[in-house]
Amino acid sequence: MSNEEVGRRATRARGPRVARGVGVLAATVAAALVPQLTHNQYYLGVAFQAEMLMCLALGLNIVVGYAGMLDLGFAAFFAIGAYTTGILSTKEHWSIVASIAPGVAVAVVCALIIGFPTLRLRSDYLAVVTLGFGEIIQTIAINLNQTGGPTGIYAIPALTIGSVVVASNTGYYYVFLVLVIVFALFSTRLRHSRLGRAWLCIREDEDAAKAMGINTSHYKLYAYMFGAVLGSITGSVYAPALTAISPASFGFSESLLIVMAVAIGGLGSIWGVMFGAAVVEIFPEVFRQFAQARLLVFGVLLVVLMVVRPRGLFPERAFQGVGARIRATLARVKGQPTVPRLDAVASLQPTDES
Amino acid sequence: MTAVLETQNLSLQFGGVNALSDLSVPIERGALHAIIGPNGAGKTSFFNCLTGYYRPTSGVVRFEGTEITGLNAAKVAALGIRRTFQNIRVFPKMSVLENVLAGGHLRATSNLFAITFAGPRFRHTERQLRDEALASLEFVGLVEQANNLAGDLPYGMRKRMELARVLIAQPVVVLLDEPAAGVSSVERAELSSVIRRVHELGTCVVMIEHDVDLVMEIASEVTVLDNGRVIASGRPQDVRTNPDVIRAYMGRQRQ
Repeated sequence: MSNEEVGRRATRARGPRVARGVGVLAATVAAALVPQLTHNQYYLGVAFQAEMLMCLALGLNIVVGYAGMLDLGFAAFFAIGAYTTGILSTKEHWSIVASIAPGVAVAVVCALIIGFPTLRLRSDYLAVVTLGFGEIIQTIAINLNQTGGPTGIYAIPALTIGSVVVASNTGYYYVFLVLVIVFALFSTRLRHSRLGRAWLCIREDEDAAKAMGINTSHYKLYAYMFGAVLGSITGSVYAPALTAISPASFGFSESLLIVMAVAIGGLGSIWGVMFGAAVVEIFPEVFRQFAQARLLVFGVLLVVLMVVRPRGLFPERAFQGVGARIRATLARVKGQPTVPRLDAVASLQPTDES
Repeated sequence: MTAVLETQNLSLQFGGVNALSDLSVPIERGALHAIIGPNGAGKTSFFNCLTGYYRPTSGVVRFEGTEITGLNAAKVAALGIRRTFQNIRVFPKMSVLENVLAGGHLRATSNLFAITFAGPRFRHTERQLRDEALASLEFVGLVEQANNLAGDLPYGMRKRMELARVLIAQPVVVLLDEPAAGVSSVERAELSSVIRRVHELGTCVVMIEHDVDLVMEIASEVTVLDNGRVIASGRPQDVRTNPDVIRAYMGRQRQ
């Protein structure tokens, strides 16, 4: 009885949680101040593009980082969101916000169609299939009249939220900042639920995951669908931010960029993935002084990075945060034999005794 | 019917090889049933058929009187038939606690809405599951390791963690594939005590084991396999003196 109280009280010690909260808050405030420091449109443009890549990387992180499925066609879902919004807003005069939901719906349907038959494939084969899917979506965008062919869709109206019209780089910077925060929080919630655990199990050992009662093909499909949803929402906001979209923005190189952001940052790590996206977007810009050689410099840097930190800049950390509970449990068992006490495990009694 | 899990005329073929032929093994409720036999006798194949990892070529698997032949591994696990693996399969990049929580996957029933907004009910179920995971770890003597990476655990501890991962699911039948293989004598003693406790709590335990001393010590029932067939079954002391068993292990006596 009193032991349990000790446990309760110990759990209430929230030191690490407070520290984490302060970190998140500090990062948010710092990010929110960026547009106040400069009015250079070029910098702001790069900054919101970096945020956009963060959103995409957070989406792909669910598929690659959590569930361990290599997806080389993630830009397809980005394209689906952007094109759905582009078409609905220019041809049907929908508002941008209203066009997000249909974009998500199309993305989810596509994810189901592609995912259902292919997700039972193991990594390498899956990579090839998703690569093909990415190419198919781009080819469709190039050849369809409704998508504007190779020139794409232009004169996409600005994003309006209530009576606020978002029409500047600064405005989109803040819109994407909100999106990044929402995606990051959502990813964190998923990670620390049965969904996240099931995905990690699949990534770590799919056969053993089945022994946990995890329906692996369902959970792989869920991961793919969540990735599609985040990718599509990002696309829907990207279309008005650039006011014009064309198939060239949604090719294999874009997919690869997203994979790179996730891998450089650290598979499965929220901070890592966001940082990786920033690196991938900003470094090539920083190296502009090298002119023609800038991508070469960037490439060399990436190779060095992967040699020095093979698990990414900020690798995923194992789930912690029950230190207090463990200490309480230990205090309870102290001085007793390491192995079993029957009364302590009454909850382990099988339910079925018939 | 007293058999909780049973097979009837179970056969498994890989190409032309008969891995299992015509196995009819009843596993009694409340038994601690050991499956022994020389290497290649088909013990693990038998487990794989029971747990949905292999689909038997012919024959029937029944659980609580219902046929479960051909169900996939996840569905079998959901019924309360849980297993460990011969070559230990932990989720190395997850903490020990999370490995055990994963074992309780089906008992965490929060929906997406609850997960997204982390409401009080979600927190409550997660906390409850976490406490049970810690209780399972306590049961196998691994609480101290809860926050460590499963991949960093030494071999014997991984075995115990696998057991905790099985227990949190509140299984009806536990299938252990060589629980004592390759562990030190101290760890062996701990393991055998844990297994015995699990059994005493009313869970039916089936184990494949090479360690004959361990089998004689804790098993209530023994089935001996050789070349995919049952060559003997019964109480441990009877099986030990069975000439067929001795022949299977020692080879035929010279004339």
